[in-house]
Amino acid sequence: MSTPFYVSPQQAMADRAEYARKGIARGRSLVVLQYADGIVFVGENPSRALHKFSEIYDRIGFAAAGKYNEYENLRIGGVRYADLRGYTYDRDDVTARGLANVYAQTLGTIFSSAAEKPYEVELVVAEVGETPEGDQIYRLPHDGSIVDEHGSVAVGGNAEQISSYLDQRHQDGMTLAEALNLAVQALSRDTNGSQREIPAERLEVAVLDRTRPQKRKFKRITGRQLARLLEGEGAASATDAEDESAEEE
Amino acid sequence: MEANTRSTGRLPAAFLTPGSSSFMDFLGEHQPELLPGNRQLPPTQGVVEAPHGTTIVAVTFPGGVVLAGDRRATMGNVIAQRDIEKVFPADEYSAVGIAGTAGLAVEMVKLFQLELEHFEKVEGAQLSLEGKANRLSTMIRSNLGMAMQGLAVVPLFAGFDLDRDKGRIFSYDVTGGRSEEQGFAATGSGSIFARGAMKKLFREDLTEDQATTLVVQALYDAADDDSATGGPDVARRIYPIVTVITEDGFRRLTDDEASEIARSILERRLEQPDGPRAALL
Repeated sequence: MSTPFYVSPQQAMADRAEYARKGIARGRSLVVLQYADGIVFVGENPSRALHKFSEIYDRIGFAAAGKYNEYENLRIGGVRYADLRGYTYDRDDVTARGLANVYAQTLGTIFSSAAEKPYEVELVVAEVGETPEGDQIYRLPHDGSIVDEHGSVAVGGNAEQISSYLDQRHQDGMTLAEALNLAVQALSRDTNGSQREIPAERLEVAVLDRTRPQKRKFKRITGRQLARLLEGEGAASATDAEDESAEEE
Repeated sequence: MEANTRSTGRLPAAFLTPGSSSFMDFLGEHQPELLPGNRQLPPTQGVVEAPHGTTIVAVTFPGGVVLAGDRRATMGNVIAQRDIEKVFPADEYSAVGIAGTAGLAVEMVKLFQLELEHFEKVEGAQLSLEGKANRLSTMIRSNLGMAMQGLAVVPLFAGFDLDRDKGRIFSYDVTGGRSEEQGFAATGSGSIFARGAMKKLFREDLTEDQATTLVVQALYDAADDDSATGGPDVARRIYPIVTVITEDGFRRLTDDEASEIARSILERRLEQPDGPRAALL
């Protein structure tokens, strides 16, 4: 029997990290921003049915870039975790911090276990608070580290460039229309700095809206409501987001 | 398998295994002891004394359905609670009202709500109204063992069917037998009296306001003849829970709205104790 070649732990980890990063970079980036009434998720997604953003629990949303089957698995795991925890204790005991920790442990174990292929995903877990100060956004890269973010965050292949663009322009207390338009601008910038057009049909947009009367704050923004928000930068008021009847087609 | 939900460890394999979109199926595989149906009861002598909820009524009208319940829970001949809530939203477009053993029923509703929400989140789409009604059937069936010991739960399920564009009502028996009701339905100890009242007052073309008034009239008549059903409690300001489900979703009438209906009915009953009369022919 032949002896396997020696690979230093540093090299092994670097290889795995590169593998995961390359996988994530193949997909489009997405952004998550705070606005006055909550948190908005914006990404380019040609599919109507396979979502990048989804509801995990009352105030908690989930966004993911990378390999669909892997993050879908993590998303369902998160829904099961949240529902079981809420059922065993109370709905208030399900928090984004707890969920982010579980995801970090899960991703971290997979990343450092030689028997498993690292997940090619980068996640965002966000929880909308009663006030903007109570909002929480956690970014979870492929290796199981966990980053507590404020204001705006981008994940995916082009994330660094988009993040720095957002960091310069994002402000607290933006309206939904302002935040959405900023997000679209950030996403439509190419690596060489040129601007391309992302049509509204290719955008996936969802919000965690703290002003919603329901306990469940997650809501997708589609169709006419989305078009109205994109029209005229910041012209549409944030209250349009509540006008649900107008969106029915 | 220990539920790793308390620690901050890695998600156990069961959480990441692709499978059913049902929360109950997940619980059954991962933590079966949490499912109410899996509970082992010690053999008991006689009937277990526990608070019971009583009368729930429902009526459809063009464009929606109304589900309402009185507020009394009884234990034997004692009033156990005067302000119990027995009507709950199941999800955005449906509601469930429960008669029977209050503790078990409230737990069943909690699990049922979670089941619908879990499915919606995992699949990204709501169950059909028929699917929801069937799911509730399964849950009642799993409670059969306890029902045989006197701890029955008998719900009334109502919702707006977005596919058929109308309100629908489903009633159940203790074995989980499910039947769709046309127009109006009632369950619980005062249900026979409530059904009599609704039978005389129901018309196909009720407005939403008329439908909400009708259910309170029916509950009043149930309370009139059934000691386990509570009427509007003006002194304590406890009024029936009235919920309306339409295309716009679930809505519970505010205390002010419910009290207005209840008070106007009470006033009329001071003059005419038996309530509105139907034509003889």
